[in-house]
Amino acid sequence: MQMNQRTLSAAVFAVVLMMTVTACSKKVPAPAPALPPKAEVPPPPPPAARAARITNFGAEPRAIQRGQSATLTWSVANATDIAIDNGIGSVAADGTRQVFPTNTTTYTLTATSAGGNDTRSVTVEVTAPPAPPPPPPAAPKISGTDMFNREIASGGDALFDYDKSDIRDDARTVLTTDADALKRIFAADPSFSVVLEGHCDERGSAEYNLGLGDRRATAAKDFLVQLGVPADKIRTISYGKDRPVCTDATEACYQRNRRAHLAPAQ
Amino acid sequence: MKTKTIAKILVPLAVLGASLRGQAQSDITGRISSAERPAIAVADMRGTGDAQRNMDTFNSTLWDELSNAGILKMVAKSVYPLEAPQRPQDFKPPTVPANARRGTPPVRNGPWLTDWSGPPVSANYLAFGYTAVQDNRLVLYGWLFNTGQQDVTSAQVIGKLYFGTLDADGAKKVARDFAADILQQFGAKSLAGTKIYFVSDRSGAKEIWSMDYDGSHQQRLTQYNSTSSMPAVSPDGKLFAFTTYAGGNPQIRVHSVETGRRMPFYNPVSSVVETPEFTPDGKQLLFATALNGWVQICVAGTDGSNFRRISNVRAIEVSPKVNPKTSSDMLFISGRGGRQQLWHMNLDGTDMQQFTTGEGDVANPSWSPSGQQIAFAWTRGYEPGNFNIFVMDVASRKPVQLTQGSGRNENPWWAPDGVHLVFTSKRGNSTQIYTMLSDGSNVQQLTTQGNNIQPVWANGVN
Repeated sequence: MQMNQRTLSAAVFAVVLMMTVTACSKKVPAPAPALPPKAEVPPPPPPAARAARITNFGAEPRAIQRGQSATLTWSVANATDIAIDNGIGSVAADGTRQVFPTNTTTYTLTATSAGGNDTRSVTVEVTAPPAPPPPPPAAPKISGTDMFNREIASGGDALFDYDKSDIRDDARTVLTTDADALKRIFAADPSFSVVLEGHCDERGSAEYNLGLGDRRATAAKDFLVQLGVPADKIRTISYGKDRPVCTDATEACYQRNRRAHLAPAQ
Repeated sequence: MKTKTIAKILVPLAVLGASLRGQAQSDITGRISSAERPAIAVADMRGTGDAQRNMDTFNSTLWDELSNAGILKMVAKSVYPLEAPQRPQDFKPPTVPANARRGTPPVRNGPWLTDWSGPPVSANYLAFGYTAVQDNRLVLYGWLFNTGQQDVTSAQVIGKLYFGTLDADGAKKVARDFAADILQQFGAKSLAGTKIYFVSDRSGAKEIWSMDYDGSHQQRLTQYNSTSSMPAVSPDGKLFAFTTYAGGNPQIRVHSVETGRRMPFYNPVSSVVETPEFTPDGKQLLFATALNGWVQICVAGTDGSNFRRISNVRAIEVSPKVNPKTSSDMLFISGRGGRQQLWHMNLDGTDMQQFTTGEGDVANPSWSPSGQQIAFAWTRGYEPGNFNIFVMDVASRKPVQLTQGSGRNENPWWAPDGVHLVFTSKRGNSTQIYTMLSDGSNVQQLTTQGNNIQPVWANGVN
């Protein structure tokens, strides 16, 4: 019983194998009718010319990331004409070729001879590269704004006489200190820049005071630039009497408002 | 009420700038008593029955409307005859006895025109009448008589009925209608439809606002929540320009009055861009901006194109104002001679002249519509910052001081009627907008909320 079963299995296997081989080597529209099982298949008569046969066609590696290369390797026997598609063209019987596919590509090797053709395909999978790692955390940098707040903001404004934009001695002292600090700050934080605001007391007209505030800001900027502060780091603006620090009608308050004031640029 | 207001302004004058006072006072007196103005008496009117209820409102409205027009000499009611006519038939012509000797005065039969034309009233015209209720409406029977005529028929200039509702609004309406008819007889230009643009901080930030000429319908036009100031209005009333810090750097912006939309304007990048002003043809904008370290006057199209410089000196120059009559000469404020003063030049840069004496500081020049007078703010005779309003006849260059006081009086701007001025005054803690006649009389306060500055009296959109 057991023997019988094994014999039957072997017979079925032989038939299926034959059918598969036939199907592989030659495309036929319909499966051939099953042959009666035979104990032995007689060898086919020798052909006039031998059929081309691809013994090996592969890619290494089979999967790459975009931008990398893969190597095609092939080996063909009995062929008169051998070609690979995708722009490679005719090749020798045995060879390798480096390819740089940008997308997943199937390469087909076609071997031709009078005795029969053979084709084989290999697919190279191309995947997009993963996102690059985030940039390494920046080294803790000194912020220009922080330095400004520490070194300049508390230092006071350059003050002016009524209806004047001349740099007084006390303003000279203030601006000289500011200039040293500004040069350090701009060196430490090249992205930092400042605004020099010109202000006036409330007595002049709004229109004239914008012009006077501009004179004060310009005079203070010119002084800083003479001390080596880069001019392109200082923008001037005049607020006239529109942004007073106090509103009393006293000379003490007027004096506080007649000022050139440094602020970090937005 | 009005006399009190004027008195309030005049009182500090006695203390401050006494030397100036004599000169300014005589100028003002000369202007007020100008013989060209017709004198008018306005009899207090009464109403029958329910019509009497709002007659106080009626009488004060009629008086104010006539007085504020600034073209009539108002004869004070205290000198009027006790017996005022209410209708033409109340006048009783005097009779001369048939057999009287020569020189015998005519016999008086009752109220007559000479009661008003002769001293102490000396009025050229008399407005009188009365009100009644008709069909549940207030009706005014109003007359204007020329008191210099010989009989009632030829004396009548106006005899007309006016209708209104039976309340205070109706009383005001008929008074205004009657006043408008009277003023028309004397060629007054109406300010109805004109607008005053100004800057107010009442919303928290300085924004551009507008209101009617009498202070009604105050409305905000911008919402930049920054500092927006110095409005200018195109001559056709369709565009307004101003300067703002809304974009960080100061910029001029131009808006359409009708849609409120922002129009394109190409700005120079500068630390100062200010005092925009349209040319009389409405095609260009003059403004001041910092050039090579000094704020200077320049001109460009109303979109900022074709920018070019007008002044070129090492001095602050602002507030360009082109003569509306000639379009070829302009006023501006310049520090080229030292203190900021009023200067005048042709638009091509020729004929440079200083119009003020060099004393004090000058600001805010404004042309009268005729181009014959200038109003401006000046500190002459006062401490720095204590500006007062002056007017100057262009031909004589003689300055006349209109306000007197230690507070600030600034931003005068001539009304389209050529008779009124709008200006700002800090009387107390806040700065408010006022109007007055160009002789300094009839001061009226238009604003009360927040601070209100830089008024511009513009034509309404037609």
